[in-house]
Amino acid sequence: MSTVIATPKPGKPWTATPQQRLITASIYLGAVLVSFTLVAITPMKGKLAYFVVFFFSSLLIDFILSYIQRGMASAKDAIARGFVSVGMTLAVLPIFSILFEVVKRGYKGLNINLFTKDMSLTSVNDPIGNGGLIHAITGTIIMVAMALIVAMPIGILTAIYLTEIRGKFAAPIKFLVQAMSGVPSIVAGLFILSAYVYPITGALSGFAGSLALMILMIPTIARTSEEVLLLIPNDLREAGVALGGTQWRTVALVVVPAAKSGLVTALILGIARVAGETAPLVLLTGGGEKVNLNPFDGPMGSLPIYIWKCFGQGTEESIARAWSGILVLLVIVLALFISARFLSERKVAK
Amino acid sequence: MDKTATKPSSLSDVAAAKQKKSPGAQSLGVGLEARGVHAWFSGKHVLDGISLDFWSGTVTALIGPSGCGKSTFIRTLNRMHEFIPGAQMAGEVLLDGKDIYESGTDVTKIRLKVGMVFQKPNPFPSMSIAENVLSGLKLAELKVADKDALLEDCLERAGLWSEVKDRLNAHGGSLSGGQQQRLCIARSLAVKPQVLLMDEPCSALDPGSTLKIEETISHLSSSMTIIIVTHNMQQAARVSDYTAFFLSDGGPGSMIEVGPTSEIFSRPRDTRTENYVTGRFG
Repeated sequence: MSTVIATPKPGKPWTATPQQRLITASIYLGAVLVSFTLVAITPMKGKLAYFVVFFFSSLLIDFILSYIQRGMASAKDAIARGFVSVGMTLAVLPIFSILFEVVKRGYKGLNINLFTKDMSLTSVNDPIGNGGLIHAITGTIIMVAMALIVAMPIGILTAIYLTEIRGKFAAPIKFLVQAMSGVPSIVAGLFILSAYVYPITGALSGFAGSLALMILMIPTIARTSEEVLLLIPNDLREAGVALGGTQWRTVALVVVPAAKSGLVTALILGIARVAGETAPLVLLTGGGEKVNLNPFDGPMGSLPIYIWKCFGQGTEESIARAWSGILVLLVIVLALFISARFLSERKVAK
Repeated sequence: MDKTATKPSSLSDVAAAKQKKSPGAQSLGVGLEARGVHAWFSGKHVLDGISLDFWSGTVTALIGPSGCGKSTFIRTLNRMHEFIPGAQMAGEVLLDGKDIYESGTDVTKIRLKVGMVFQKPNPFPSMSIAENVLSGLKLAELKVADKDALLEDCLERAGLWSEVKDRLNAHGGSLSGGQQQRLCIARSLAVKPQVLLMDEPCSALDPGSTLKIEETISHLSSSMTIIIVTHNMQQAARVSDYTAFFLSDGGPGSMIEVGPTSEIFSRPRDTRTENYVTGRFG
C-alpha cells in the first residue's frame, strides 16, 4: 500500500478564523448598541456623542474580552490599538472631507473655458461659462518656476554644505534652515515688499511674488535634500575618495547621482509647499485679471489670488468660480505629490 | 587548486604550500613603509608605533582579534584615516621614499597610488558595471586612450570578465555580493595603483566568492603590493607571503610579530601569536 503524500494546500493559518471574526464584529455591534442606548437615554446629543460613546465602549469591550482570553498584556495591547486607530481616523477625516467638499462644489464649474480664457472681460454676475482662469494658471506656473530656478541650487547646495562639507557653520545653518521653514508666509511677503518693491521697483509684479515664494521654498528643499543625502551610505563617499577623487568630484559624480530621485522629490515638495501660498501674493503681485506673461511688468494673477478674490466678490457665480479654482489647484498639487511619491518609490525598487 | 583538493591538515601546511609555489623571491623592493605609526580617535590611543615594510610584489596579511587596530592601521596607509571625525595620527608612511603625510602632498595622488577595497562591496549605485570600473578615471580626471581595453583588462584581472562581458551596461547592484566585490577590485585597478589595501574584503561573502577573490589576489600580487586585513586565518595562510599579528591588551593595539607567513603559522616566536593562530583565543 503506497500512500501518496499530497502537497498540502497553501493557506494562512495565522489569519482570523470565522469565530474570531464573529467576536470582533460583535464587539463593534455591541459598541454601536451601547452608543445608541446612551445617546437615547442621556442628554448627550449629536454625531460627536455617538462617536465618543462608540469609541469608549468598543475600547472597554475589547479590553475586557482580551483580558479574559489572553491576559493583561493583550488587554493593554487592545487599548493601544484602539487609540492608534482613532488617531488615524481623526487625521484622515479632514483630508477626505476637504477633498469631498471641493470635488462636490468644484466640478460644476469645470468647463473648457477655464483653461482658455481669462477674467478680463467677465464681471462678477456673468454665468460661470464666461471667462476662465488661464491667467491664474499661467501666473502660478511662471512665479513658481522662477522661484524654483533660484531655490533649487540654493536649497541643494545648502544641503550639500550640511551633509558633505560639514563645516564649522553647519550647526547654526541647520538651525536657521529649520527656523526658516517656520517663517509665516505673510512675513516673507512683507519682507519683499519692504526690501524690494518699495525701495527698488515701486510697483507690484509677478517677480516680487516669486521672490517671496523662493524664500518659502528654500528651507523645504534644503531640509528634504539634507535628509536624502544623509541616507547615502558613507561607504560610497569613502569609495569615491579612495579612488583619487577630490571631495567635489565625489559629491558631483557619486553622491548626488545616487540621491538623484530623492532630490527630485525634494524639489517637488518645495513646489507643492508654495503652489497654494496666498498671503505674500496678495501683497506683492497685484493679482491681475488678464493673462500677463511678463513677470517684471504689471500685475500677475495666480490661482490662490483668483480663489481669494472670487470668494470676496460674494455672488453665486463667483463663489462657484472659486470652488472650481480650488479644484484645479488641488489637482495640480495632488499630481505633484503623486509624482513625488512615484519617483521616490522607484528609487527603493532599485 | 591542489590547495583545496588535498585539504592540508594544518594552517602551517597551508602556508608552506603557498610558500613553495611562490618562494617570495619576486620582491621588487620596498613598496610602502610605515615608520612608527600611532593613531588616536578623539584622544584615545588606538595604535602604538607600528613600523612595517611592505615589499613590492608580495601580499602581507594583517591578522589579530577585533579592535586591535588593523583596520585603523590600513587606513593610515592611504590617508583615509583622516576622514573619521576626531582622528589623529603620528609617524610616517613612506611611498617611494616620500612621506605621504608631508605637508603640501596632494592627497588625491596618494590615493590613486594606494587603492583600497572595503569590507562591504560598495559599487556606485547610479552607474553601470562598465561605468563603475571606469569611475576612478572620471573621479580623478585621468585620460585613457583605449577605455574598452582598460575595462576588459581590469575586469579580467579581477576575475569577473567572463561573468559580466555580456551585460556591461547592467546595474552594478544587479550582481551578487561576491561579484560586486570583484567589481570593486576591478574599479580600484583601473587607476593603476602601486599598492592595494584590502580591509576584510571577504568577510561579507560566501566561500565560493571568497575563493575567487583569493585567486584574484594571487594573480595581482605579482605586479603590485597587496595588504590585506583578514579575520580568516586560513585565508591569511593561503594568500599571503608575510603575516603581521596585531594585538591590543586593552590599551592601544600594537604589532606583536611579523614574518614570512609560513613561519608565523609554523613556529611563531611569540606565545601570544601561537595562541592566536592555533585558535586558543581571539
